[in-house]
Amino acid sequence: MPAESRSILEGDGSVIHAQIGSDPFAVRDWLTGIFADARLEHLPEDLKGSAEIVLAEALNNVVEHAYAGTNGTILIELAAGAGALACVVRDSGHPMPGLNIPEGRLPAMADDLPEGGFGWHLIRTLSRDLTYCRQGGQNVLSFRVVCDD
Amino acid sequence: MNLVTREMPDLLAVEVLEDRIDAACAIQFKDRMREVMASASGRVLLNMSRVQFLDSSGLGAVVAVMKLLGPDRKLELAGLTPTVEKVFRLTRMDSVFRIHADLPEELRDAC
Repeated sequence: MPAESRSILEGDGSVIHAQIGSDPFAVRDWLTGIFADARLEHLPEDLKGSAEIVLAEALNNVVEHAYAGTNGTILIELAAGAGALACVVRDSGHPMPGLNIPEGRLPAMADDLPEGGFGWHLIRTLSRDLTYCRQGGQNVLSFRVVCDD
Repeated sequence: MNLVTREMPDLLAVEVLEDRIDAACAIQFKDRMREVMASASGRVLLNMSRVQFLDSSGLGAVVAVMKLLGPDRKLELAGLTPTVEKVFRLTRMDSVFRIHADLPEELRDAC
């Protein structure tokens, strides 16, 4: 396990491990289940909302871009701390272009309104300590989500 | 994708009877909206009070629905739950749509 993801998961509680298929319905089912799970349901509502947004965007990116519609496995680790949720998402799909996290600049509000390009903006806005690395043929994305200010 | 519509003289009210508008159903949402909007004219009010979660694909679908209406018809939103409101706010799409804090009075009984 890479050092940064090990440290990000050092919380008060135990680490939740999950493995899901690269499919938008699998993403939906897991998200729906995990935020109702007894291990996370005590977290503040605003934190759960933010974490669900960030995880949904990260996981859907893996489905749409890393695996690009092919079958694959996504590994997820979560650790709940005081007012924070640490997350690590791994997949064996294509690497991020340039091995970098996209800037996530909000698309311009032109006359022709954007219908996409919001995902990384949401991830960057709602997460802290966002890191990406390619390790042993895997993409490893780690971040923390904290309570609203 | 379960939608309930109510036609009024200058308004088509559409209630989304789903928990989520996400990557798994965004295209279906857009297609169903296209169908229900085709038979009406005037503005469209989307009641999202049952929708607990919307991701960027769902947001893109709502924008696409607005574009389907063309320049002369408006898409307005009501009943945004906290996480859905957060997505609209953080992407500044809350400045693009007229968002009603409460359902308009004439719809409160119906929806």
